[in-house]
Amino acid sequence: MTGVALFVAAWAAAVQLSGTRLVPGPLAVVRALGELLSHGLLLRYLVASLFRVTWGFLLAAVVAIPAGIALGLSRRGEAALNPLMQVLRPISPLAWIPIAILWFGVGDRAAIWLIFIASFFSLLVTVIRAVHDVDPVHRNAALNFGLDRRRLLRDVVLPAILPQLVIGLRLTLGVAWLVVVAAEMIAVNSGVGFLIIDARNAGNRYDLVVAGMVMIGAVGLLLDTLVRRLERLPSVAWGFSA
Amino acid sequence: MSEPALERLAAATPSGSPRRAIAMARPLSPAARLLLPLGAVLLALLLWQLAVTLTRTQVFPLPAEVARGFAELQRKGVLWSYAGDSLRRVGLGFGAAALLGIALGVPLGRAARLDRLVNPLIQLLRPISPLAWMPLAVIWFGLSDLAPTFLIFLAAFFPIVVATTSAVRTIPPAFFRAAGNFALPRGALLRRVLLPAILPRVLTGLRVALGIAWMVVVAAEMLGVDSGLGYLILDSRNAGKRYDLVIAGMLMIGAIGLLLDLGMRRLERLPAVRWGFQS
Amino acid sequence: MTVATARPAPAPTQPKVAVRGLGMTYPTPDKQVEVLRGIDLDVAPGELVCVLGPSGCGKTTLLNVIAGFLAPSEGTVRIDGEPVAGPDPRRIFVFQERGVFPWLTVEGNIGFGLWRLSETERRARVAHYVRLVGLEGFERAYPQELSGGMKQRVEVARALAVDPDVLYLDEPFGALDSITRLQMRGELLRIQERERKTVLFVTHDIDESVQLADRVVVMSARPAQVRKIVDIDMPHPRDLSSRRYIELRDGIFAEIGLAHRV
Repeated sequence: MTGVALFVAAWAAAVQLSGTRLVPGPLAVVRALGELLSHGLLLRYLVASLFRVTWGFLLAAVVAIPAGIALGLSRRGEAALNPLMQVLRPISPLAWIPIAILWFGVGDRAAIWLIFIASFFSLLVTVIRAVHDVDPVHRNAALNFGLDRRRLLRDVVLPAILPQLVIGLRLTLGVAWLVVVAAEMIAVNSGVGFLIIDARNAGNRYDLVVAGMVMIGAVGLLLDTLVRRLERLPSVAWGFSA
Repeated sequence: MSEPALERLAAATPSGSPRRAIAMARPLSPAARLLLPLGAVLLALLLWQLAVTLTRTQVFPLPAEVARGFAELQRKGVLWSYAGDSLRRVGLGFGAAALLGIALGVPLGRAARLDRLVNPLIQLLRPISPLAWMPLAVIWFGLSDLAPTFLIFLAAFFPIVVATTSAVRTIPPAFFRAAGNFALPRGALLRRVLLPAILPRVLTGLRVALGIAWMVVVAAEMLGVDSGLGYLILDSRNAGKRYDLVIAGMLMIGAIGLLLDLGMRRLERLPAVRWGFQS
Repeated sequence: MTVATARPAPAPTQPKVAVRGLGMTYPTPDKQVEVLRGIDLDVAPGELVCVLGPSGCGKTTLLNVIAGFLAPSEGTVRIDGEPVAGPDPRRIFVFQERGVFPWLTVEGNIGFGLWRLSETERRARVAHYVRLVGLEGFERAYPQELSGGMKQRVEVARALAVDPDVLYLDEPFGALDSITRLQMRGELLRIQERERKTVLFVTHDIDESVQLADRVVVMSARPAQVRKIVDIDMPHPRDLSSRRYIELRDGIFAEIGLAHRV
């Protein structure tokens, strides 16, 4: 905590000493947060951003996890689709912004699409790699006990990929949160990303800009902490102890 | 042992399904290796073509139009110069982040006191999306190249610090004891034990950071500058709905992103770091 | 091939495991690597046979082919007269403790192969084998909380719980310290005394093979061939300082070409 206190003090001193009129000090930011709260904007924008992240992320997980398992188990399927994935995956999700606006217009659905794209390929690749990493000894042991395909999937493949999947979910959620902020700065008229760009464009309210940054940081930290909780479950934690 | 349960167990055991275990170990034939991906790509292009023709969209381009868009960008000379602009920004921002990130990460991993002081701050600043710094970056650096470079620096810096710190912390203590045993001086300890020991994990951190940096440069160029691949995409849309150029730009971004990732993975195969990736 | 064993041998009508002319060649990018060549081997029902050879000679490959995880390049493996088509729950492979599923508890692991049984039957079987291998009190523990020897016992219990005819053991005690290894050998013999499985045991430890086996199959270096089959005509429990034990052990040492001196 000392570190944070020093940082805040240094920040306040720097603003004071440089005599800047644009960059707000810590107090001004606290006041700005209060202002956003009293206008109901703080909650509304956070909910708008979280709504988009949740939908985009969940849709991506629902599609990418089964698809990743299927491709991870099928040499043919993976060989066929690998070049397509390799070309589509590294396209920055934000480069899809014009297409997203063309298909869905300016609004929630465009942002959800961008988050879906950002999360989908990252999760797909994680799951495929996790399936490949399933210890062949475990697979052989399971086959030895005469498991059919369904049981092999449920009792071996799924539990075996879970730790890597949870790590993948956490990293992907971080990227999704980064993308929603960018998407809202460019393609949508609400949410914390919009707050930041709007506060600057409409009147140089840099106190609101930094308040928006604080909100983004706080939510990002919260999301990360929540997923880290999952890593301590016994069915996941075994993957981290070795 | 002769419980009835056992007999049931034995009776219910088919010997058909395990055949697959042997089949699973067989690799694909070279022909399948070539034809499968080729077929999938052709199928994807065909679906694209069909979707555009069937929906009779006026704005969304056909694959051939995108190819012509590529040629047009090439003719105007913007394709390579914009790609160069984006790469320069990423190179500078990422390079600075790598230097400073490793330089800060090593002492943080070694000195628990320092880490307790600085870590909460990092945890607080890290989740702030780098794009959110854009307005401040513009105040500090104006509408110059430095603003997007600063955003890229931020995007890459935190993953690199975190990866370096944790890499230093997981060096087996025996390494340091062995080095102490040979009476290695401090500088040699850093150069001959610490840096080689953290290299594989730092390299992985660098690869992840480079991926994020490449993602951020596109967005940064949409916000504050008038060159680069991100600018190309947004400008092509705004100035005349040239979606053929938009998609050409996207493919260019994908291709460079792929090359950057492949390059980093190449590095991971160097003998100096390969040991760290064998489980 | 005569089967001399210290125990009352089962009627030697048909071998449990019959390997004929087995060869295995792996393709690598630059050349073909021959790992096994012309292996013939019979194992009688209830017999404990050790396959002994230097590290990397291909004995693990041999066991994997016999168990049906790998298809041989030439030759056949028959069990009870039927060709092996793949792994089968009547014949369980015990990996050196690495086959324990890290996401399941001790109970979950031991009960893994019992999914065809009802809940109550499964519970009773699991409890029985937990006792048999001395893991009472650790039923709910996860593998990473166990020592190497305990994990090894979990794997053996998991194999025995489905009551297989044949056990394949691939250097099962290789990762254990020498004291635990001795105890585990004793336990294996104690269990074998009761359950009478056909056991194929791969090891690179000469003493281990002489202590456990009814017969020792000595393999050559790569490509592995059967060099000699040694009958261990000693009853259990074996006296490790008896003349016969030392004679047999030194015979194998000499066969492999090692002076028994340090």
